[in-house]
Amino acid sequence: MQWIYLIPALPFLGALLLVLASGRIGKTGVTLIGCGSVGIAALVTIVAGLQFMNSGQAGYVQHLWDWVSIGTFRIGMDLRLDALSLVFTFVITFVGFLIHVYSTGYMADDPDFARFFACMNLFVGAMLLLVLGDNLLLLYFGWEGVGLCSYLLIGFWYKDPANGAAARKAFIVTRVGDTAMAIALFLLVQHTGSLQLGTVLARAQELWTTGDPTVVLIAFLLLGGAVGKSAQLPLQTWLPDAMAGPTPVSALIHAATMVTAGVYLIARTNALFVLSPSAQAAVAIVGAITLLLAGCSAFVQTDIKRVLAYSTISQIGYMFLALGVGAWSAAIFHFMTHAFFKALLFLGAGAIIVALHHEQDMFKMGGLRKSLPGVFLVFLIGSASLAALPFVTSGFYSKDQIVWLAGAAAGGNAFYSLAAVLGAFITAAYTARMIFLVFFGQEKTHVHHKPGPVMMAPLYILAVLSTLAGFIELPHTLGHLTLLSDFVSPVLPGVVTVHGGVALEWGMQALTLGLVALATWLAWRLLAAPFPDGLKQFLKNGWGFDDAYNVMFVQPFVKLAKINRRDVIDKIYTGLAAVTRGFHRAMSATQSGILRWYVMGIVMGAVIILSVIIWREYAV
Amino acid sequence: MMNTTMEGLVLAGILFVLGLISMLIRRNIIFMLISVEIMLNAAGLAFIVAAARWGQPEGQVMFMFILAMAAAEVSVGLALILQIYHQLKTLDSDEASKMRG
Amino acid sequence: MMLPVFILLPVLGAFLAWLASAVNKTLPRWVALLVMLAGLAISAGMWWQVQDDIYFIGDRWLQTYELPWMPRFGISFSLALDGLSLLMLVLTFFLGALSVMVSWKEIKERSGFFHFNLLFVIGGIAGVFLTMDLFLFYFFWEVMLIPMYFLIGIWGHGNRLYAALKFFLFTQAGGLLMLLAILGLYFVHASATGTFTFSYFALLNTPMAVETGRWLMLGFLVAFIVKLPAFPFHTWLPDAHTEAPTAGSVILAGLLLKTGAYGILRFVIPIFPEASQFFATWVMLLGAIGILYGGKLAYAQTDFKRLVAYTSVSHMGFVLVGAFAFNPLAYQGVVMQMITHGISTGALFMIAGSLYERLHTRELEQMGGLWPALPKMGVVTMVFVMASLGLPGLGNFIAEFLILAGSWQAAPWITVAATAGLVVATIYSLRIMQKVFFGTSLREYKLPDLSLREMLMMAPLIAAIIWLGVYPQPVINVAQRAMPSVAVHSTK
Repeated sequence: MQWIYLIPALPFLGALLLVLASGRIGKTGVTLIGCGSVGIAALVTIVAGLQFMNSGQAGYVQHLWDWVSIGTFRIGMDLRLDALSLVFTFVITFVGFLIHVYSTGYMADDPDFARFFACMNLFVGAMLLLVLGDNLLLLYFGWEGVGLCSYLLIGFWYKDPANGAAARKAFIVTRVGDTAMAIALFLLVQHTGSLQLGTVLARAQELWTTGDPTVVLIAFLLLGGAVGKSAQLPLQTWLPDAMAGPTPVSALIHAATMVTAGVYLIARTNALFVLSPSAQAAVAIVGAITLLLAGCSAFVQTDIKRVLAYSTISQIGYMFLALGVGAWSAAIFHFMTHAFFKALLFLGAGAIIVALHHEQDMFKMGGLRKSLPGVFLVFLIGSASLAALPFVTSGFYSKDQIVWLAGAAAGGNAFYSLAAVLGAFITAAYTARMIFLVFFGQEKTHVHHKPGPVMMAPLYILAVLSTLAGFIELPHTLGHLTLLSDFVSPVLPGVVTVHGGVALEWGMQALTLGLVALATWLAWRLLAAPFPDGLKQFLKNGWGFDDAYNVMFVQPFVKLAKINRRDVIDKIYTGLAAVTRGFHRAMSATQSGILRWYVMGIVMGAVIILSVIIWREYAV
Repeated sequence: MMNTTMEGLVLAGILFVLGLISMLIRRNIIFMLISVEIMLNAAGLAFIVAAARWGQPEGQVMFMFILAMAAAEVSVGLALILQIYHQLKTLDSDEASKMRG
Repeated sequence: MMLPVFILLPVLGAFLAWLASAVNKTLPRWVALLVMLAGLAISAGMWWQVQDDIYFIGDRWLQTYELPWMPRFGISFSLALDGLSLLMLVLTFFLGALSVMVSWKEIKERSGFFHFNLLFVIGGIAGVFLTMDLFLFYFFWEVMLIPMYFLIGIWGHGNRLYAALKFFLFTQAGGLLMLLAILGLYFVHASATGTFTFSYFALLNTPMAVETGRWLMLGFLVAFIVKLPAFPFHTWLPDAHTEAPTAGSVILAGLLLKTGAYGILRFVIPIFPEASQFFATWVMLLGAIGILYGGKLAYAQTDFKRLVAYTSVSHMGFVLVGAFAFNPLAYQGVVMQMITHGISTGALFMIAGSLYERLHTRELEQMGGLWPALPKMGVVTMVFVMASLGLPGLGNFIAEFLILAGSWQAAPWITVAATAGLVVATIYSLRIMQKVFFGTSLREYKLPDLSLREMLMMAPLIAAIIWLGVYPQPVINVAQRAMPSVAVHSTK
């Protein structure tokens, strides 16, 4: 376990080497460094994870060096390995490695091959730091670091200004959330005097009773950070635009790992949320609303990547819902399965996009079932998991748990249940629509070249994982296995079910099954059906959030900046200078050079002074 | 005694005003210089009268200063006037003004 | 005994460099570079020696030096070095060496006189950071002003005379106010204790009426926040920065602005603790306004150097917010901010200079799509743009985080505004990258990427900013003892 510093260090080292060696090592070298560093990190994770599980410790902390230490305020470069960080680390390194391998095929023809892998490695390193950090400042380090990499990779094809704009939007919108989070950190420093996770959470229990305004404020601010990074309402607008980046980036950053950082943050600081019921309810409400809104938007998209983007927002909404009702481990479970099947879907979509020469419009695809059978198979597996096809997919087990707990858990109620069920229905509908549009019907664009084994191998592995990963946690109705929730129980509090037990779970499962079937049928029927144009456009644009923000924030700022480009304050000083110059003009006008004027001036002056003196002498 | 002082001062005043008026109405620089001399001497006269009134030597010392200064001024002034005449071919002070403030 | 060396070395070097220009044009550069490197070596060596024991044991003052000058008036040539001065000296010589290197190709005319001025400014700055006699302080304050005026006025760009004059007038006006305040303090001290002295240590405990203290404090404060510069005295800075030669901009941003921050930490707060507390909220408010206003203006600029100049206004706002929060975290943050801002902004000005050398323009609208032509410069710029927006892992983040974490405890709402500045910083910083390196190029550029000399300049800067981001403890340890004692009182 003492090797865990290697897990983030290796990708960082890889990134550094790739930057320094830019252009000197050729594609093979880049591939070796880029994939190798993440691959070794994955191996180290597995070894460290096995050691950790055998050791029976609740958490292992590795102190590297003092980062900032001022008086009693001490922040170390400390890495923490416990159940929660291990799950995340495993997913990040493993899925990250698969995506790296896939990218060597996907990006093979790109002239900026090395830059791509440098950014990807940097991202993996930062993400690992985020989940391994033992204090919130280190977490924040990784948090911002992944934001940077997201920016770099969304704008990877920098020649198109639209990509640059999408990249900046992603960075700036998430930074808004980060600012809220930073303030939460200031509050924690003020009250607990520390940012070390264990200390903070322990001190929180001592300092605050449930519902104390301070802790509620902190939890809300942390939620602000989480919604920014995880693209939840109201800061969700950046994620669909982020699809401007290369598809492996969308798979790694904008589906599997970075966007779930918010889930990690809330799970990590669960004690604070438990202490502030209103903030925790807000998490659930945000999740519930987001999953519905994003699901509806996904249903009308034409760009395959945007469908997946909205679907990601929606699925993270599920995770938030789970966190909000107190089903902590269910959220982590769904994170894991989602990482597998969403990465699979994105990579599959990438394979299609490459095969069709960067065509992303689903209405120009179709009939690919025959020409890309391998991709069809894995895409179908991924979609089934996304749509929570019962019994055989991992998505079913993880989502079913959330659907059930949304109603059954301590914080749950009927509204959340309804949202979750409705969400499942919408999910199935847009997934089915996507499958029908892309793989069935007439072939509209010819397949240029089929993806090679480098790209297909990760897809097959992910397909297997998307299926098997579900079986580590089985519902009460089907064998009741709780491997994952037992594993994370030292870190996350267990779920308390109050509102009806196994019977409700049965009911929910049956309902979900019926709805998935209905949704699939409906999607098939609706493919050709006319859809009101206005509504369609409204949904497609993500419920008008972008336009509203544009009018409310972006335009006023730009306008204000434009008006005041020359700095109005400077006018005060230049005004002062102008007044002085005016005096100078007036004075120099008297310097006419006509001698007699001067004499007259002297005389008048003398007369005035004399008369004043005389007047003062004699008038009084 | 009182009267003598008064008369002396009045004479000095008249001289000064005469010099001043001629300074104001003349345009020829040489005449202006002479007017300045008259005013200086008027001031000097006032000093002498005042010194005689109080029986103190400072007034006469002051007149010495004025004399010396006036001599210096005349010599420098005349030199300047010569230069102006060489350069501008005129002794009219308004003509000679090149300042356009 | 080492202390006068820090001042004499650059001053004598200045004359030597001028003389050397009689031999040939490159000799002054070598003289200047060697002088700076020698200064850097000595100061860094001192830092290395003290960095461990300073935190745990020993006096706050590492070294002192005293020589009577005009004893009748209580003026002496008194120097002293504590952690803060030491850090500032290291920064001075570090940036000094870089500014010699950055002008290696840029300054072609009168290189002797240029390096004379450059070294003289450095000498003045070193004096400001070392002196513990207020009369001498004013003297050095003026000494660094005049060579800077020449640097801008002679070797600057188009509108250089205007900019130089504006710079001079602003700082001079502030300086005169400070002189008044120094004299006021001198007489107040004399009437209270009967001894006429300009010694910092004596004046530190001057008993004075509350009202008097406030007025005198304002006199000092205005001089320092003009130099800093804080809103609304910032308008000289964009002009001066834009028109100055690259080395001038580096020294202005990296060092001259820091003398303002240093003055606040060294003089304003310790001498006038009551008045500082009294005005704290207002000063912090000015800082927060500066952060947002500077950021907004930076966003609107189309001239690269002008943009960076306004970011300085924004970053120096953090110094004000932190200095008047009276909190140990915030004080450490201010020290960090002084150093990291010197490095990151200095680097951005160097990049602006390099771009100007290649493109002969500073207009952002005429750049764009330079990444393929200048990938190395792109990476370097990215690092410092990220530093400027406060990305963790780079020094500026530590500085801003500490400042805000500290000021939060003093003034939450002002801190919220200042924190919003981080978003604004993101907006303007990313705009630099987009406008310069991304997008498509207007024409096909065939430009040389960073030369060896430029790499040699940038590499230490990048190393320093990352080092300060991941391991700032050496700085914190050294600065810890030097923090104003007010901090100790106000912590709960």
